[in-house]
Amino acid sequence: MTEFLDTWGITAMVFVPLLGVALMMAMPKTMEPAIKGVALATSLASAFFGVLLLTNFNYDDSASMQFVQDVSWIEIINTRYNVGIDGISLPLIALTLLVTPLVIIYSWNHIPKPGNAKAFLILMLILHTGMLGTFVAKDLILFFVFFEVVLLPMYFMIGVWGGPQRLYASIKFFLYTLFGSALMLVSFLALYWLTGSESFDIVKLGELVSTSDITHGTQVLLFGGMFMGFGIKVPMFPFHTWLPDAHTQAPTQGSVILAAVLLKLGTYGFIRIALPTLPEAAVTWAPWIGLLAVIGIIYGALGCLAQTDMKRLIAFSSVAHMGYVMLGISTLTDFGINAAIFGMVAHGLITGMLFFIAGSVKERYHTLEIKRLGGLLLQAPRMGWILGFATMASLGLPGLAGFWGEFPAILSAYNPAPGLSTGLFRGYMVVAALGTVLAAGYLLWLLQRTAFGKPSEEFADDPEIVDAVLSEWIAWVPFLILIVVLGFFPGLIFDITDAPSTAIGDMFKVLDK
Amino acid sequence: MIDASLALVAESEFVRPAIDWHAAAPELILLAWGALVTVIDLIWLERSRRFMPSLAGLGFLAALVPVVTLWASDDSVRTMFDGAYVVDKYSLVLKALFLVTGYIIVLISTNYMADGDYYDSEYYQLIAASVLGMLVMTSARDLISIFVAIELVSIPAYLMAAWRKRDLKSNEAGLKYMLMGVFASGILLYGMSLLYGVTGETKLTGIAEQLNSDGRPLLSLAVIFTVIGFGFKVSAVPFHTWAPDTYEGAPTPLTAFLAVASKAAGFVALLSVVLVALPKQSDVVEPLLWILAAVTMTVGNLLAMRQTNIVRMLAYSGVAQAGYMLAPLAVYSIGELNSVAIGGSVASSIVSYLLIYAATNLGAFAVVIAVARKTRSGEIVSYGGLFKYAPGLTVLMTIFLISFAGVPPVGAWLGKLQLFLTVLESQTVAGVVLAVIMAINSVLAAYYYFFIAKQMWFMPVANQDSAPVVIPAPLKLALLLTVALTLAGGLGAFTGIANL
Repeated sequence: MTEFLDTWGITAMVFVPLLGVALMMAMPKTMEPAIKGVALATSLASAFFGVLLLTNFNYDDSASMQFVQDVSWIEIINTRYNVGIDGISLPLIALTLLVTPLVIIYSWNHIPKPGNAKAFLILMLILHTGMLGTFVAKDLILFFVFFEVVLLPMYFMIGVWGGPQRLYASIKFFLYTLFGSALMLVSFLALYWLTGSESFDIVKLGELVSTSDITHGTQVLLFGGMFMGFGIKVPMFPFHTWLPDAHTQAPTQGSVILAAVLLKLGTYGFIRIALPTLPEAAVTWAPWIGLLAVIGIIYGALGCLAQTDMKRLIAFSSVAHMGYVMLGISTLTDFGINAAIFGMVAHGLITGMLFFIAGSVKERYHTLEIKRLGGLLLQAPRMGWILGFATMASLGLPGLAGFWGEFPAILSAYNPAPGLSTGLFRGYMVVAALGTVLAAGYLLWLLQRTAFGKPSEEFADDPEIVDAVLSEWIAWVPFLILIVVLGFFPGLIFDITDAPSTAIGDMFKVLDK
Repeated sequence: MIDASLALVAESEFVRPAIDWHAAAPELILLAWGALVTVIDLIWLERSRRFMPSLAGLGFLAALVPVVTLWASDDSVRTMFDGAYVVDKYSLVLKALFLVTGYIIVLISTNYMADGDYYDSEYYQLIAASVLGMLVMTSARDLISIFVAIELVSIPAYLMAAWRKRDLKSNEAGLKYMLMGVFASGILLYGMSLLYGVTGETKLTGIAEQLNSDGRPLLSLAVIFTVIGFGFKVSAVPFHTWAPDTYEGAPTPLTAFLAVASKAAGFVALLSVVLVALPKQSDVVEPLLWILAAVTMTVGNLLAMRQTNIVRMLAYSGVAQAGYMLAPLAVYSIGELNSVAIGGSVASSIVSYLLIYAATNLGAFAVVIAVARKTRSGEIVSYGGLFKYAPGLTVLMTIFLISFAGVPPVGAWLGKLQLFLTVLESQTVAGVVLAVIMAINSVLAAYYYFFIAKQMWFMPVANQDSAPVVIPAPLKLALLLTVALTLAGGLGAFTGIANL
């Protein structure tokens, strides 16, 4: 068994959903319950392999890649099928494995208009493969392929099943991310030639850069290309404008996956690829990344305060929260990177939960206009309390997961890596701390206007407004439990991420000497 | 005087140069088959119409057999006529490409020609003649045989472009194509004559030996004229203006033929001349091709965005794709050049891209033909709601569009990646700038490719007519072949054979 896991475990986890896709394609559209069953079963099968990997993972050695499979793929361009898991990717893989089956369960009786569960779930499973693949890839080209694979299902998900502005939102999402990844690819390939590398292995490229004579200016430019690719995906200010549109127009399931996992591909790319391969350029870029991060925090928060639509508000809060993650990364310290990875998981759980609620509110009220909502606690008390819980978690209440994403990220800016201006980052720290106040403001404001008070007249006796139903409970409870558990035992994640984060942080300590 | 030269001819006994019959077999089979088809048509007249497409298709497959055996044989490079005709890996891959393309063109033409009540026997003979020219082109390493091959490719195509003779647009297409084609041939011939004048050689390797790197003005002129002549053939901007009108007016299967095979033939000739004859003239050729590539891809994409007719859009997208394929030639001095066999990363990447590009383009045209059977329209808006009544065609078209857009893991992304790799291999500022221009262009292109996807998937059914599309068997086979090749290409199936 361990032998199988060591060689084929990751591949099984990543590609099992595609078997489900093939099976579902062969089934006629009318067999809807069976199609949903296949989708759920394959996502659970993927999770099963994932759990096996997680239980066999050597947690004492989380800094090194485990379950590595490295076989020849496209020889002529020296690209290899090279995958592995370490402490950085493990929490994100676990998050992905959790989110997809839950979203499929939620879809059981929530297939958005215009229906067609078959196509919808097929796209979901392709998305799943793409996300997992991105987190396990150790080869730049393989990473690029998976990074792009997620684009298309999401494009179709928004475009077919989205809201009234879906056409605009879908193509905007697509073109923005494609633009970033095209420049990122140019950087990857240029890096390959400049280092004279024999492969696209991320680790080897990093080693070659440190011994090569690539000028600092060139490295900064290469980092710039990667920054465009990852930064747009995160999204960082000023490239965030696709996000509110995509989130608002996407169907609930799409929003949840987008918030929970897709945005993390960008931040993960920074930690996995940009920082380790081009550390010197990272030091030059870090103050600017930090600046954009804090602008994102404040801008996102102010944006939230100006929103009239619940979903759009949550989308803007994502911009702010990803700002904390990026601030953590920009400090280039083990502390900051630990915080960033925790922040990614926490944001995935909390914002995913918020989008679930928003979707269910939309389904019942047929609107998300904050002005028209109100009295959720009276009409659907359980849902109202879950919304309250999720907003508390989102604003970073101690004892819930959000706190450990935000607070250490702010704290890490107190002591950035040697080579970075301490004064500047402490300035960022103050601004970011102010951001938490604003966050409390807009989240409580949201809660107050939607959950408190009396329902407005138009919805007062609406029979469609019922409390959470079974499929919603099954999908939501794991999120709620994890938000609490991670709030009380942050060590569950920090213990895994600490070793690899320290390895990256040490790189920057050495760099200065 | 005349007597004297005649006496001279009589004295020197003609010795037939040695012919490697195996190496010439693909061309000879196709030639013989074309003649056979013509004779059968003459004897049986109308009675032969029924099976003419199948017969013609078989000819392409038959000619494919020696290509495969040559590939498997030990001699990697076979030369004939003192190096004027070379059969190497490069030419074999491309021969296979042209033969398979010819076969697929026959498949997608079958019902189009039969339903339209056109002269179909002659049509297939002309296709065979044109493909024969392409086969010769892949091996031609001599200015004269290259020119003959170009004309053999083009002249049947002029005729076929005007095949729908009762349609004004088709007449316009044929005439425009012929006038521009002849004009381009004139320019090309002028450039070639200057090359001959400077070097006294027509053989490409001979020209390379005679030329040295110092840039004489006359030589630069010769190079520029030659390259521009090919620019017309590959529809590079600003020599592309014939393409959209010709594509729109010509019968759609023939448009596919022009967009794939004819354009590829132009590239083959350009590659052979640049890589074999002009290895030391990179100081003149590279800047010229750099500008051509950058302008071609940008203008092609910008104009494609504004098209409302899908065939015209595919025409402009083809112009843009030609720009991508020109890009590696803008840095062609990176490789080891001046050898008999053509190889290296420049040729490999272009050939690799051509293979997947051909499969994708043929597939897209096959879908266009299938949809037009029902809607009788080439307007992009007529694709509205296609997913609702033709989900299979929609999925296929989406696969082709994704491939065009270069999004992994489907189709042309890998070819494009190789183009990027080659351009960046130069490690020069010019190379990096060109790569960035290519990257931005890929995003521009995605906009209009996904405009079609948007119509098919997101829009309501056009004209409220959601009767299913009936696809005849040959077209089905063509769709199946092209989608299989596109998907396989995206996973790296062709990189091995295109590694020259």
